[in-house]
Amino acid sequence: MKTGIYPGCSLTGSARDYNESVFALAEAFGLELIQIPDWNCCGATAAHNLNKELSLALPARILALAEQNGLDEIIVPCAACYSRLVVTQHELKNNPELKNRISEVIEMDYRGTSSILNVIEWIDKYIIPKLDEKIVKPFNYKVACYYGCLLVRPNKILNYDRAEDPQTLDLVMSKIGADPIDYPYKTECCGAGLSISRTDIVSKLSGKIIEDAEHRGADAIIVACPMCHSNLDMRRPDINKYWDTEYKIPVIFVTQAIGLAIGLSPQKVGLKRHFVEVKIS
Amino acid sequence: MARIGVFICHCGENISATVDCGKVAETIGKLKHVAYSTEYKYMCSDPGQTLIKDAIKEHKLTGVVVSACSPRMHEPTFRKACAEGGLNPFLCEMANLREHCSWVHEKNELTTEKAIDIVRTQVEKVKLNSALQPIKVPVTKTAMVIGGGIAGIQSALDIANTGHKVIMIERSPSIGGHMSQLSETFPTLDCSQCILTPRMVEVAQHPNITLYTYAEVESVEGFIGNFKVKIRKKSKSLDEKVCTGCGLCTTKCPQKKIPNEFEQGMGMRPAIYIPFPQAVPNRPVIDREHCTYYIKGKCKVCEVVCPTKAIRFDQPDEILELEIGAIVIATGFDIKHADFFPEYGYGKYKDIIDGLQFERLASASGPTSGAIRRPSDGQVPKSIVFIACAGSRDPAKGIAYCSKICCMYTAKHAMLYKHKVHEGRAHVFYMDIRSGGKNYDEFVRRAIEEDHVKYIRGRVSTVFERDGKLIVKGVDTLLGAQPVEIVADMVVLATAGVANSGAEDLAQKLHVSYDAHKFFAEAHPKLKPIETNTAGIFLAGACQNPKDIPDTVSQASGAAVKVAALFSQSELTREPLVAVVNRTAPPMYSTCVGCFLCQTVCPYQAIEREDFKNREGKIVKTVAKINEGLCQGCGTCVALCRSKSIDLLGYSNNQVYAEVVALLNEY
Amino acid sequence: MSHSEHHTERNSLAYVIEKNVEVHAQKCYQCGKCSAGCPVADQMDLPPSIVMRLLQTEDIANDEKILRSHSIWLCVTCEMCLSRCPMEIDIPSMMDYLRQKSRSEKKVNKNAKNIIAFHKSFLNSIRFTGRLYELGLILDYKRQSLNMTQDISLAPKMISRGKLHLFPNMIKGTAQIARIFKKTSK
Repeated sequence: MKTGIYPGCSLTGSARDYNESVFALAEAFGLELIQIPDWNCCGATAAHNLNKELSLALPARILALAEQNGLDEIIVPCAACYSRLVVTQHELKNNPELKNRISEVIEMDYRGTSSILNVIEWIDKYIIPKLDEKIVKPFNYKVACYYGCLLVRPNKILNYDRAEDPQTLDLVMSKIGADPIDYPYKTECCGAGLSISRTDIVSKLSGKIIEDAEHRGADAIIVACPMCHSNLDMRRPDINKYWDTEYKIPVIFVTQAIGLAIGLSPQKVGLKRHFVEVKIS
Repeated sequence: MARIGVFICHCGENISATVDCGKVAETIGKLKHVAYSTEYKYMCSDPGQTLIKDAIKEHKLTGVVVSACSPRMHEPTFRKACAEGGLNPFLCEMANLREHCSWVHEKNELTTEKAIDIVRTQVEKVKLNSALQPIKVPVTKTAMVIGGGIAGIQSALDIANTGHKVIMIERSPSIGGHMSQLSETFPTLDCSQCILTPRMVEVAQHPNITLYTYAEVESVEGFIGNFKVKIRKKSKSLDEKVCTGCGLCTTKCPQKKIPNEFEQGMGMRPAIYIPFPQAVPNRPVIDREHCTYYIKGKCKVCEVVCPTKAIRFDQPDEILELEIGAIVIATGFDIKHADFFPEYGYGKYKDIIDGLQFERLASASGPTSGAIRRPSDGQVPKSIVFIACAGSRDPAKGIAYCSKICCMYTAKHAMLYKHKVHEGRAHVFYMDIRSGGKNYDEFVRRAIEEDHVKYIRGRVSTVFERDGKLIVKGVDTLLGAQPVEIVADMVVLATAGVANSGAEDLAQKLHVSYDAHKFFAEAHPKLKPIETNTAGIFLAGACQNPKDIPDTVSQASGAAVKVAALFSQSELTREPLVAVVNRTAPPMYSTCVGCFLCQTVCPYQAIEREDFKNREGKIVKTVAKINEGLCQGCGTCVALCRSKSIDLLGYSNNQVYAEVVALLNEY
Repeated sequence: MSHSEHHTERNSLAYVIEKNVEVHAQKCYQCGKCSAGCPVADQMDLPPSIVMRLLQTEDIANDEKILRSHSIWLCVTCEMCLSRCPMEIDIPSMMDYLRQKSRSEKKVNKNAKNIIAFHKSFLNSIRFTGRLYELGLILDYKRQSLNMTQDISLAPKMISRGKLHLFPNMIKGTAQIARIFKKTSK
């Protein structure tokens, strides 16, 4: 089984910290992650909003590249990219005519055989089995696990966890010693791609997510999506301005939390790149 | 010498519009063995039937073919006419010229040719008909009512009052069902227990009713008028004859923390318990699953304190075998509970309750003595949100149907709350209001206009808890889908009514059909809502579909009448169109070899074994025998029998061949 | 032909949506659960359940209202509506379709200008490099939205945290990407 990774544009750009923590974990657990050669942008929100065929073609090229390079499973840390890849695979599987058209558009042979895993599935499969022996600094904090939208919806297509009150991220966090709180905003939208064009909406929605976590006494919000992280972290000054508040709760990627628990330095897992200071470590 | 009479019906214009009836009558009249052939406009009418009776006498007919509509319409009519005319009714056949011919073809020569062919086949068949006699089976005049809720109670009382015996079995320790859990009933707001308990006592005291509680159906065999039912009387672990129902044991039992089923989990009960103070019979039972003695072998406090020494720890279950003539299924329904709803917290939040739990809060004999209090902290809620259609009308949740009673009980709940907590705020989120019964709509208007319950048209997307309150996020569709957020102290879900647990198992035991939702199936949705497809078994109440008390009581009485009608005959008559395994002289007795493959495939368990003994009393052969009381004439065994020892009366192999040969040959 | 195709008005938006997205507007019984759970419903001129109602009327004027609405652009495709809808109506896919139709018929709501500008800048960026060039995206967006000062304070912080590359990351298959764009353009 050859395991590939599709980092996506965020991880090589504004979510560089996430990327660092993923590779730091891979290194610590001796896991090989082969980057899909010459991977392209999946099209994210923009493509499916403006051009349906394009929104299927871009992910299809990525999947075809993975197949071409013998990568049976692909890890996709970005929840949005994960969503696009799984949905594309699903739509092309159920519509052979469409599949042929897209193959023709990308000028590649597409079979749709790769297994696509999100970051939590990767952790469950490869890291949890060897985790116990490696924990040196249990992550003894109260955490609000924020899944965002695209990890669990549309549930019938993604077939992952459950859409209401999901538990997979909470379970991973409790395995490293954290205390996940009962958190009703787990899957409420942060404002997604409106970060730049409607910063007010992002401020409003992300603010509610943060307020509830702080109100319930969480020490940190755990995320598994770079878009969510950006809205909750980078946009913190806008959020505090919108609500006239001083929310300070840090936003940490699940991979960073695990990294800290196994004794990696904050630097190594990219914590220093956050906008909101992470005082816990 | 066969002398067949053929009657071609015009059926008004239904047949004559496409089939040339005159030509058919003329052509058939020329056939060998047809003594009389005529046409008429309405054979089923009085003059039409008289035509048949007169022809039988005048032409000394040995068989009759009425060529008209489907036998499903008028076979009994014409059979009766023939009987009145002096001809055995089973020497009458119908040729279907309507559903099989005129209704499915255009008017032309080919259609008339087809009609002639159809009649010819029946003429050839009827020549081989035998003068069968109806089968008579005896009737045991004892009814069984399964279920002791209001449906069962009503049915049992009605049957008992006609003078027949009734055996009622109820699986919980007391009768009363869900109605005993309700506080007040719509649309009158009568106290539920006040109107129910007199009936419960009447059942217990009625000379014609034998009541077994804590009992279930174990197996059912037989057929209408002749059921053999085994019931299991679960051990109550006490001697009912000696127990006085003083209840001392229930106060002394150290195991006090068992969730109380009657209180829908809102209160606790001990391991030895009486379900509720007005229970009938008013005797405790020991819940062996939670009793310390059965789990660990210790305690026995109840035995020690019992003044009449009634406790019997080693009492086994008892199996009773009963002979029953008719069965009424009155097993009721259940509701979905709060843990079914992901978007409303999966049962995590104590103050999100279902309708039955609210009934227990509102009930004077409930865990809070009738005060509406939050299960979490016992405080009186200042604001309650009632969510209608929680689970019903929801294909995504697998329940597409409407549960019928929730609109009414939601209005009732809101009203009861407002009556008890005057300054409380009640909101109801609804999609439609279904209040079609007598005085029902006025009842809902009263909630809105007099008790100031706020109705909001829209559904709730999610409910979650924050700082001990419940945040309800809904919408007002009448205001253009304006989002509505309410901070409530309690949320009551009007959850879907579903089939009661064990319904499927019971249906299998009784061989009664049920639908995809495990509700028992009626024989015909409009014209036979009380009968099932299994003769002698009737339905009453919510086991068929969720319904309110008036409809339940009506249906229960209806079921009682059906039973009484059955019992009004000393014998039951069955159509003799059943399978028969041949019999010959000894030593063969029958061509049947005794393989009994037929027994394995018979869907009605109608095949038995018959032993033949020689003069010394030794069994020399065992062959198959059809129970003519059970056989439905499906013909499966006939088709299967490898030695061709079984034939179907009225549809024998020869008769069928005759029809086929008639079609193949020129005439 | 499906049963409902006999009955839906041929030149209505509902018919077109039924054919292309397999969403049957008649299934919606206007419960409003979608609007109740939609994160941006309070910003929308037409919350999702109202869009469904307008669609059901099969009225040309109402169809226009939908295509010209701000709502379809505010929708962030969070999929909450579909997740909770008792009839499992695929509103997110329908919104995607409505957006594309709105653009192709030049009926875009003027309040949505910036949202669309962002999406266009995003696609423009990956068209030439194959991967998102964030700086390029922002500059192109500012050109379209004419909002020069927005987020200007973020830039130095992003750069100092290593989160903003000054130069694009070009893949090898840029020509192939360009052809993909060309083949899928309408």
